[in-house]
Amino acid sequence: MNIHEYQAKEIFRSFGVKVPRGYPAFTVDEAVAAAEQLGGPIWVVKAQIHAGGRGKGGGVKLAKSIEEVRTLAGQILGMQLVTHQTGPEGQKVRRLYIEEGAAIAKEYYLGAVLDRATSRVTFMASTEGGVEIEKVAEESPEKILKLTVDPAYGLRDYEARDLGFALGLEGKQVVHFTRFMQGLYRVFTEKDCALAEINPLVLTQSGEIVALDGKLNFDSNALYRQADIVAYRDTDEEDPSEIKAHNAELSYIKLDGDIGCMVNGAGLAMATMDIIKHYGAEPANFLDVGGGANEAKVALAFEIITADPNVKGIFVNIFGGIMKCDVIATGVIAAVKKVGLKVPLVVRLEGTNVELGKKILDESGLNVISASTMADGAQKIIAAIR
Amino acid sequence: MSILVNKDTRVICQGITGATGTFHTRQAVEYGTQMVGGVTPGKGGTRLDAIPIFDTVEQAVRETGANASVIYVPPPFAADAIMEAAAAGIELIVAITEGIPVLDMVKVKRFLGETGSRLVGPNCPGVITPGECKIGIMPGHIHRKGHVGVVSRSGTLTYEAVGQLTALGIGQSTCVGIGGDPVNGTNFIDVMSLFNADPDTHAVIMIGEIGGSAEEEAAAWIKAHMTKPVASFIAGQTAPPGKRMGHAGAIISGGKGTAADKIAALTDAGAEMAATPSDMGEALLRAAARAGVKLS
Repeated sequence: MNIHEYQAKEIFRSFGVKVPRGYPAFTVDEAVAAAEQLGGPIWVVKAQIHAGGRGKGGGVKLAKSIEEVRTLAGQILGMQLVTHQTGPEGQKVRRLYIEEGAAIAKEYYLGAVLDRATSRVTFMASTEGGVEIEKVAEESPEKILKLTVDPAYGLRDYEARDLGFALGLEGKQVVHFTRFMQGLYRVFTEKDCALAEINPLVLTQSGEIVALDGKLNFDSNALYRQADIVAYRDTDEEDPSEIKAHNAELSYIKLDGDIGCMVNGAGLAMATMDIIKHYGAEPANFLDVGGGANEAKVALAFEIITADPNVKGIFVNIFGGIMKCDVIATGVIAAVKKVGLKVPLVVRLEGTNVELGKKILDESGLNVISASTMADGAQKIIAAIR
Repeated sequence: MSILVNKDTRVICQGITGATGTFHTRQAVEYGTQMVGGVTPGKGGTRLDAIPIFDTVEQAVRETGANASVIYVPPPFAADAIMEAAAAGIELIVAITEGIPVLDMVKVKRFLGETGSRLVGPNCPGVITPGECKIGIMPGHIHRKGHVGVVSRSGTLTYEAVGQLTALGIGQSTCVGIGGDPVNGTNFIDVMSLFNADPDTHAVIMIGEIGGSAEEEAAAWIKAHMTKPVASFIAGQTAPPGKRMGHAGAIISGGKGTAADKIAALTDAGAEMAATPSDMGEALLRAAARAGVKLS
């Protein structure tokens, strides 16, 4: 789960991770009031959307007067901000963050991730701050310094100091950096982050270490114990059909193709998309109904797929383990009865109670095309929509 | 022979009194697995059918001589259950539970490093040696005893591969689901080296998916050490980038993690790639034929 920069900075502040002063604003008047509250002489007006690359897209601007804050806030609020992460349609800006300007001496990159290779939290730092870190990783990986934390002991001060010295910090700066790192490590582990990224991290002219930007992403498995993080959720930033699926505990991702897919299991769901592509068509979605789905869940999954206007045909591919084929069949029939079936439907059932599932579909009187294998199903649905 | 589990494996179930634990314990008994006990704290002294239930894993091990445990405990308590099993000296811990917080697993993995226990999973279908021992949620009836090892990050895609093999008349030695979580107990290389050393396994199907670099590492291992034919399929060739993988995740794997990279690495290692998920059984046949290996 993602949150906004201003929310990440609220969390940082509460853990003693230094950030510039700033206030969120939902209207131009609020932006002006925030600027007055902060005092001058320089303010930063920042669009709050979940995607990165906001500066390059024109969503982050410097203001040198209250009037300029008003003008910029008016321009940015409501704009469709296009960045390399939003896609060509962009994302509408509904929130701003008004921040005091910082006197920057030097910029750095600092990130923390869960490193799968070591199964540990790993910090990455670089003197190449403010630029796209993927590029640094590709072109000069030696400029990225790594620090892996032993979960039994947590981050030790000397490890943080070593990293600070390796970045070229000195004297009191390293003390500030160590305090910053300890705060960030606590944010990461106590708030169940999957990713924490500060780009740029800055050394100010007065020698302080400050997070000029902040991006936090959270482990969705851990949200049950992070109520305050869940409260930060901004559904304006998510696809409405993905929200509906999420609320029903279905794993759904909307794609650009025209064949809707309903599958049990994430691996099989991805493989189903792959086989549709292999036979020359494009999947309209990824949808895993999960192992323990009931009829109601299957029916809702079906509704979500058919609500996508791009869908010209549906391929249901189930290999029943815990999920029984008769439950899927009954759910599909219930859904079709509720929402209607305006496009071809191919169903491939295999596994537990497969014969019963097939019988239920056959006797339903619905126009269901039965398939014996994944390849057979993919070819049949593609033939049916052409 | 087989790997990890066989007819002598003595299994307990942690979370046996929950709906999922009860259901799959009965299924395992029906399959012929030696289910020797269950653990639910506070329900010690009771039974599920004929199976004695204990308060702690330590008691269960002492009373039953169990050497394997299967975990159906809900996510908030699963990490603790795994550590309890390891502390009690269980050799093989199979965690089926989906949705364990990843930072809990970071601690678990650190803890397991100081014990002799092997963890399979979490978020996996389990381990089965057909005709001998079924630990987990896979449908037993699709399997057939034989000589092909199966290892996979995905549950239902494992069933798909097994279903294809069985339909072709090819049996399996052992099928291992290593799970879909970023931090898991057993990786591809662990299972590959077990299959390589198992005289009863003649060929292997390895099923991977996008994210991380476990497949690339396995490919390097296969190239250097594997003496048996390998067929493989990688799911997610059409998955959009950046949907689940975070920004910085791409850095730490050095730009790796795409299906294309994994397929290239495995092809280079000599694995026979299945063109589609429907082709996994046939790909194994091609791999075995090329190596002149008999599957029966």
